[in-house]
Amino acid sequence: MDLFEYQARDIFEKHGVPVLAAAIATTADQAEAAATAIGGKVVVKAQVKVGGRGKAGGVKLAENPKDAREKAGAILGMDIKGHTVRTVMIAAAAPIEAEYYLAILLDRSNRTFLVMASVSGGMDIEEVAHTAPEKLAKVPVSAVDGISLAKAKEIVAAAKFPADVADQVSDVLLKLWEVFQSEDATLVEVNPLVKTSDGKIVALDGKVTLDENADFRQPDHQSLVDEAGENPLEAAAKEKGLNYVKLEGEVGIIGNGAGLVMSTLDVVAYAGEKHGGVRPANFLDIGGGASAQIMADGLSIILGDKDVKSVFVNVFGGITACDSVANGIVQALELLGPKATKPIVVRLDGNNVLEGRAILKAAAHLLVEQADTMDGAANRAAELAAK
Amino acid sequence: MTIFINETSKVIVQGMTGSEGTKHTRRMLISGTNIVGGVTPGKGGQVVEIENRQLPIFNTVAEAMAATGANVSVIFVPPKFAKAAVIDAINAKMPLAVVITEGIPVHDSASFYTYAQSVGSTQIIGPNCPGLISPGKSNVGIIPADITGAGPIGLVSKSGTLTYQMMYELRDIGFSTAVGIGGDPVIGTTHIDCLRAFQDDPNTQAIVMIGEIGGDAEERAAAFISEYVTKPVVGYIAGFTAPEGKTMGHAGAIVSGSSGTAQGKKDALEAAGVKVGQTPSETARLLRAIMGR
Repeated sequence: MDLFEYQARDIFEKHGVPVLAAAIATTADQAEAAATAIGGKVVVKAQVKVGGRGKAGGVKLAENPKDAREKAGAILGMDIKGHTVRTVMIAAAAPIEAEYYLAILLDRSNRTFLVMASVSGGMDIEEVAHTAPEKLAKVPVSAVDGISLAKAKEIVAAAKFPADVADQVSDVLLKLWEVFQSEDATLVEVNPLVKTSDGKIVALDGKVTLDENADFRQPDHQSLVDEAGENPLEAAAKEKGLNYVKLEGEVGIIGNGAGLVMSTLDVVAYAGEKHGGVRPANFLDIGGGASAQIMADGLSIILGDKDVKSVFVNVFGGITACDSVANGIVQALELLGPKATKPIVVRLDGNNVLEGRAILKAAAHLLVEQADTMDGAANRAAELAAK
Repeated sequence: MTIFINETSKVIVQGMTGSEGTKHTRRMLISGTNIVGGVTPGKGGQVVEIENRQLPIFNTVAEAMAATGANVSVIFVPPKFAKAAVIDAINAKMPLAVVITEGIPVHDSASFYTYAQSVGSTQIIGPNCPGLISPGKSNVGIIPADITGAGPIGLVSKSGTLTYQMMYELRDIGFSTAVGIGGDPVIGTTHIDCLRAFQDDPNTQAIVMIGEIGGDAEERAAAFISEYVTKPVVGYIAGFTAPEGKTMGHAGAIVSGSSGTAQGKKDALEAAGVKVGQTPSETARLLRAIMGR
C-alpha cells in the first residue's frame, strides 16, 4: 500500500525523523485555519498518490492564511493524472539551502535491501541515475544486519554528503531504517531531504510503501487505507475477502490462481482483437477453494459492474475439484436469481472435469455455456461481449 | 533423472499437525512421496496416523533429521510463524526447504533468505509456491500428482495454476521435474537455478519457463539462457494486460514504471532465442514442434 505524503510525514515524525510543522485540510476553511496555526508562509500541497503534481499545479506557496485558503480552494477537487485531490497538506515553508535524496528499498533483483543516497536531490532520481550515475550512491543493506551507526556513516560518506551535515544525515538514515523495519515498509523515500538556511536537515517530502502481508502485526496500518479513493467494486470485493482489481473492459473474469487469471486476461484481450476490441473488465482470483459462496460473491461483484457484458469463468482444478466448482456456479446462480443477467462462458479442466461438466450440463442454465479449451472460451466470451 | 527431488528424497512436513499440513501430507503420501515425519514445536513425541502411516512428530527440524535422515522439508506453517520455521530448517542444515505458505511479510522472507545464504547449507524454494514434483518419484508441496507422469520436459514457473495448466497441455509427453518457484518479491530459488539444473540433468530434453510481470527475473533468465543453456527452451509470460501500479494477485506481480512489463520480458527471452507463446496452449504447441511430438 502506497501512503499519502501526509501519512508518510506522520510516520516519519513518530520515529523521530525531522519534519516541518504541517496539517491536512479537506476544505478551504480548514486550510486557512491550518495556515493560521502554523504561522508565516506555508506551502499548500495536493495529496495524491501519483508523481508530477508540482508540474500539474498541485503545489503552491501561500503568503498568508487568506492566500492559503484561496490556493487550497483551487487545488481541492483538481484532477491530477486521473486522481481527484480530496485532501491538501498545509506545511510550513522552509528556506532551502540544499536538496538531497535518501531512500531505503527492497532490491528484488538482489534479494536484499538497498539504500540510495545522493546530494543531487529534488529532481527525478531516475533521471539522476540515468544521466549522472556517479551522483547516486547505491549501498546494499543486509536484511539480517540492518543499518548500524557505522553503516549509516559508510553510506553518507559514499554519497559524499558535506561534512557539516554528515552527522545529521547519518542520524536521519538510522531513523529511516527504524521506519523501514518497524513499519514493514518496502520503500521509504525522502525527496528532497533539505538543508535549511539555519543548517538543519529536514525531510520535506516523503514516499512510503507498506507491505500488506504484514498487516497481521501492524494493526495501526488499517487506519491508513484510503477508503474514499478506492473503487467501490474493489472495496466491496475486499470486504468479501476476494482478490479483485477493476479494469476498463467488458468481459468479466473469474479464475483460480493469480497466474492463470493474469493469463486469462491476456487471452481474452487477444481474442477481443477479433471482436471489436473488447477487453477484460477485471482481475478476480477466487483461489484454491471455490465454494458456492465464494463463486456467488465473485459473480455478484462482477455482475454489479455495469461495464460487464459477458463473463468468463476459467478454472483449472488442481486441488479444487471441478465438480465442486460446477456446483458452486449452479448454487451461485440460484442465490443471485434475477440479478444474474449476463451470459457466462465456463471452461473447466483438471481434477474431476467430467463430473463438473456433467453438473453444468444437467443444470442447463440459460445463461451458462461451456467451452472445452481456454482459448476457445476466451473467444466465445469476447464474441458475446461484442454483441 | 530429475532435479532437486527424486525417489530417494526423505521428506518432513513442518506444520503437519495443522489442517493444511495434514491435508497435504495425505495427498503427498498418496502420490508416493516418502514422508518420514513432521515438525510442530511443542508437539514432539506425538505420533499421527495419516493414510495408514505412523508419522512421528518432532519439536525441531534438527531432531527430525537426526531420527529420520530427512533431507527435504516442506513448510505449511501460517505466515506469522513461517520465519521461525524456515530458520529452524536452516539451523538444522536441512538441504532443501520448500516454503508453501502464502502471505509471508517480505521483511521475513528477505531475512531468512539472507540467513540461509550466510549459513550456506539450505536451498529454499518459495515462499508462496506450489512446491515441486518429479512425477512418479516424489511430490513435495501441493501440485496435483495425477495430471501427468514422468517424461523429458523440465518446467519452471512463478505460478501454481499455470504450472498445472502447462502440465495438462503436455500430459502425453510428461515431465522430469516441475518446479513452482513462487510469485513473491523475494524467493529462494529462481528461474536461473532451475534452468541450470535442467541443463545439467541428462534426462531433461526441453524446458518450459513460465514467468509473469514484476521484477527482472525473466530478463536475467534470458541472459543466463544465452550463456549457459543449450537445450531448447520455450517461454510464456502472463500479465500483458495488467495496468501499471496494480498488484495482480501475487505480491510480486506489479508493473512499476517501465520495469517489470510482460513485453520487456518477452523481448528479452526472444532475443535469447527462446520461443515465447501468446497463450499457454500456443506455448505447448511451440514445444511440441521443437520436440517433434
